[in-house]
Amino acid sequence: MAIAEHLPTRRDEAFRYADLAALAPLWPVAVEAIAVPAGEHRALSIVPNGDAGTLRELAISLGKGASFDLRVLSAGAGYARISVRAELADRASFTLGAAQLGSGAQTLEVVSEVTHLGRDATSRQVVRSVAGGGASVNYLGKVKVARGADGTDGSQSVRAMLLDRQSSANAKPELEIFADDVKCAHGCAVGELDSQALFYMASRGLPPETAKRLMLQAFVAEAFVGAEGEDELLAAALAALEAML
Amino acid sequence: MLQINNLSATVGDKPILKGLSLTVNAGEIHAIMGPNGAGKSTLAYVLGGRPGYEVTGGSVTFTPTRHPGEGRDPDQTNKASQGDTSLAGLGPGLRRGDGEAIDLLALAPHERAAAGLFLGFQYPVEIPGVSFVQFLRESLNAQRRARGEAPLSGGEFLKLAREKAALLRLDMDMLKRPVNVGFSGGEKKRAEMVQMGILDPSFAVLDETDSGLDIDALRVVGEGINAVMRRPNKGVLLITHYQRLLDYVRPDFVHVLADGRIVKTGGAELAHELEEHGYEAVV
Ligand SMILES: Nc1ncnc2c1ncn2[C@@H]1O[C@H](COP(=O)(O)OP(=O)(O)O)[C@@H](O)[C@H]1O
Ligand SMILES: [Mg+2]
Repeated sequence: MAIAEHLPTRRDEAFRYADLAALAPLWPVAVEAIAVPAGEHRALSIVPNGDAGTLRELAISLGKGASFDLRVLSAGAGYARISVRAELADRASFTLGAAQLGSGAQTLEVVSEVTHLGRDATSRQVVRSVAGGGASVNYLGKVKVARGADGTDGSQSVRAMLLDRQSSANAKPELEIFADDVKCAHGCAVGELDSQALFYMASRGLPPETAKRLMLQAFVAEAFVGAEGEDELLAAALAALEAML
Repeated sequence: MLQINNLSATVGDKPILKGLSLTVNAGEIHAIMGPNGAGKSTLAYVLGGRPGYEVTGGSVTFTPTRHPGEGRDPDQTNKASQGDTSLAGLGPGLRRGDGEAIDLLALAPHERAAAGLFLGFQYPVEIPGVSFVQFLRESLNAQRRARGEAPLSGGEFLKLAREKAALLRLDMDMLKRPVNVGFSGGEKKRAEMVQMGILDPSFAVLDETDSGLDIDALRVVGEGINAVMRRPNKGVLLITHYQRLLDYVRPDFVHVLADGRIVKTGGAELAHELEEHGYEAVV
């Protein structure tokens, strides 16, 4: 994922779903390099909002036993692309929890490349996206496990909900494993709200919009479980959801 | 109170109900028994308005009566609901107690609930991440608003929920958990009855509420049904496979549903006959 000076094209794998027209005025992007020393912990919340568009490119390097907790709430009206590369030394731990709420003709995307370099490192990625009003929500995520990085524990849980037929979601979780003793789980699903649950709730008297709201709140909340600013993130996410429905 | 007239329905274009007629008067409990696949659950879902269950003929008329203490005059009710646009278009039929007959099948599922209908599910649905307490409080208050009543506060709701959970011997802590997630079969059925207690419907359709219950739980559930629904202004359709629930909840009438129709009707003794001799011999 080398960052070139020239504007990326569709042929660049990491930009295959990007909104290149929206990207152009934001380009080039300055890479934000973050090095977490051995044994230390850092956390960061990124909450792009407004119409201007957001482009972030993080390069996080985790020392032995270091940890990083990254949370993303993309709910603005413009294009948002949060891209993160993380490299994990022995016993390091990386968490990415992202919620993307797209409500108009916009593209929201999270792109990640997590590389387990050392042994016994852990990475957790939870991405929950909701698309309505013709929005496109994307996740491109690669977990790489280097030779010798035994004891790796990596997970990617990626789910998207489409609120209408005009909206779309693209999810591409990938694994590239060169070690033997590795536990990697990935799950990916694009769907609509569970119709059985909606009927169950309606049968108790909940109007459809309220039932949908409750289910979407629960869905989005999964991205922020255990976050340091969990309550604030959740409140902001619920307010954004409210505006969508 | 509930009048089902020549009802026909299809599921995925397959005819399941084939001209079913049944009348339940206020104060009555009717049991519906019948072989697997007869259409019992389909009847429950059609009454509840489940999408995918298409009514192809007949009618269902619902005449809920007012609960004691629910005596609001229509003018006040109208005032209470003014300004709340979510109530627009619901019509006057939701204010139970005016002796008005409601065309049940014309209402959306949540409107049927507000009109006083409760559906106890054969297979209660799990909803991860949504707690029972939150879901039920919103449900009850949505019903109350639709009827022009003031919503309950958090404290009032919890008191009510605690009382009904105790009635059904369900640990109140379970209601703080996500809806039905990780509940055993029996706990799900007891939770259905706790919900019924909280929502206090005029009419309940209970689909195999007894399946998955051990003997002790069966008695608790039976007593719960009696406590909540055995009232002069309420009615119950009790769908069951087994006679044993009817030892606790004595039905006024027992019907046999086979191949989409009511094929036989009798008193409580019919359930014993069915248990002893099977459907084939009795029908
Ligand atoms: N979703 C469905 N799609 C197709 N057929 C269904 C569906 N649900 C029920 N049926 C069929 O409808 C008939 C009646 O089912 P049901 O009402 O569940 O019976 P009961 O509750 O009396 O056992 C059965 O033949 C069943 O296979
Ligand atoms: Mg059934």
